[in-house]
Amino acid sequence: MTDRLPGFSTLAVHAGAQPDPTTGARATPIYQTTSFVFNDADHAASLFGLQAFGNIYTRIGNPTNAVLEERVAALEGGTAALAVASGHAAQLVVLQQLLKPGDEIIAARKLYGGSINQFTHAFKAFGWNVAWADPDEIESFEGAVTPHTKAIFIESIANPAGSITDIEAIAAVARKAGVPLIVDNTLASPYLIKPIDHGADIVVHSLTKFLGGHGNSLGGIIVDAGTFDWSKDNKYPMLSEPRPEYHGIRIQETFGNFAFAIACRVLGLRDLGPALSPFNAFMILTGIETLPLRMQKHCDNAKAVAEFLSTHPAVSAVNYAGLPGDRYNALQRKYAPKGAGAVFTFSLKGGYDAGVNLVSNLKLFSHLANVGDTRSLVIHPASTTHSQLDDAAKVKSGAAPEVVRLSIGIEDKEDLIADLDQALRA
Amino acid sequence: MQMNHDAYDDNYIRSILNNVKSIAMVGASPVNVRPSYFAFKYLAQRGYDMIPVNPGHVGKELMGKPFVASLADIGRPIDMIDIFRNSSHIMPVVEEALKLSPPPKVIWMQLGARDDAAAEKAEAAGLKVVMNRCPKIEYGRLSSEISWMGVNSRTLSSKRAPIPTQGMRLSLNRTSFSGGQTAASDRAAKNKTETP
Ligand SMILES: Cc1ncc(COP(=O)(O)O)c(C=O)c1O
Repeated sequence: MTDRLPGFSTLAVHAGAQPDPTTGARATPIYQTTSFVFNDADHAASLFGLQAFGNIYTRIGNPTNAVLEERVAALEGGTAALAVASGHAAQLVVLQQLLKPGDEIIAARKLYGGSINQFTHAFKAFGWNVAWADPDEIESFEGAVTPHTKAIFIESIANPAGSITDIEAIAAVARKAGVPLIVDNTLASPYLIKPIDHGADIVVHSLTKFLGGHGNSLGGIIVDAGTFDWSKDNKYPMLSEPRPEYHGIRIQETFGNFAFAIACRVLGLRDLGPALSPFNAFMILTGIETLPLRMQKHCDNAKAVAEFLSTHPAVSAVNYAGLPGDRYNALQRKYAPKGAGAVFTFSLKGGYDAGVNLVSNLKLFSHLANVGDTRSLVIHPASTTHSQLDDAAKVKSGAAPEVVRLSIGIEDKEDLIADLDQALRA
Repeated sequence: MQMNHDAYDDNYIRSILNNVKSIAMVGASPVNVRPSYFAFKYLAQRGYDMIPVNPGHVGKELMGKPFVASLADIGRPIDMIDIFRNSSHIMPVVEEALKLSPPPKVIWMQLGARDDAAAEKAEAAGLKVVMNRCPKIEYGRLSSEISWMGVNSRTLSSKRAPIPTQGMRLSLNRTSFSGGQTAASDRAAKNKTETP
């Protein structure tokens, strides 16, 4: 007899959750506590020594957060996950396991502006060097590989322009270089793209966006695909070498195919500290229950809005992979056949000033620096999220002065189109 | 039917862990930072009758159980042999196990250990074989106890969770999905064979 694989929507509702052992509560309780009592001294010692599964202190793990972790691991098809305070915290914790000062990461040039900042400035200060590559030219990834390369980092659907990345082609480069492929799957969510099926070794998310989905809670998560051999060539000593703080255990030898998630927890989160509040975990879990319904509506609305804009006289171009003529349309049909996501950009004939005007004339769209909310959002990247970049870098990352970014919500599409129309005419 | 040792069905692992009562652990270590020590202790706490086998530690005890030098020294029937040795040391242990009367029902090779020839020999004699898995991890996964650490148990249940206590066997009979056969675990197995 073979086991049945439940569908995505069933996993979105059930994975990781079970009625509470003491009260029978059916919704996942918010375990709003810093710490957990030990049965006795031996129990405490075995928990601290990583010999037993269990709760110690919420910086290292919490039962509400654990439900969220198992749920996202199940949705992504990974072996384990670790929830952290934000998407940025997830990126920090992942790279801390992989890089030492002097090491390098190859990153796609098309990334969320905040990630470009994090890599360029904060990580640089740790001695982690970044080599930028162009996701539209796979050879640029190959050309960037050096003996110091420790990982490749891409977004599945890239912020801000909603371009689709050829994950399998870049996974092949990573495999050849003997380094893990890290995919930020924030804008796609596992409903649209499951990067592990395409060769990702680690998936990260800003849960703040579509997974939480309601614009009310920050969060991040790291999913371990269980596919990478960390001990080969001793390139990743955090996982392959004895850990002095845990009596000399080796993380990969002890934890097998979820060793990376454990390293992120017991070495990364424990020491760096960006723990997720159990309250936020609860809010995000509740959001995930409706992910399939919301994500489809986000995509359907976004396609209708993109079609409307593509024929509008004030608009010079629309970058939406779901449109038949778009340069990413073939990749979208391969990687994200259910929809091209809900974040995309378009260009105004009136340039920078028209962008600033549009944003102030909209009545239903909210002008703010976020994506993946139930509400429709708008931002002019050149004057906000990407304002720290110089003009050439703005263009390269898809945030030229005439570009406006939308994150389409789950309102009625007719109302969104009417709002854009009045604002473009105003 | 030929066993697929790259990806086990959860029902196969579950029936082994539900049915065996005694487990001899070959290569058990009394050093409390070794994986074999963690696994021994966990399985003992979950109610299995554990026997540590290691000729280097005869005269010592592991959780109150005296070490024996070899399987033959156990002197009573055992259900499962959990081998905590490198792949290259598996065959002699399996050959020794097959000489026992009655022979064990299950040969289990630890995470990282795999010997297909030894497995074939044991299976030909009617034994069940598991390779490259940890019984502690599998027990924790199927009971969902492990998901306290964010691990994907690949099981679902709408029943109230038990409150585990020392020595308690947990129910492993949750609804499984894609038991061990996720794309990821298949790919991990494939990567291993492609890059030796
Ligand atoms: C693609 C992507 N990755 C990462 C992040 C960072 O996430 P957080 O704001 O939760 O730290 C964002 C936030 O906008 C994002 O859009």
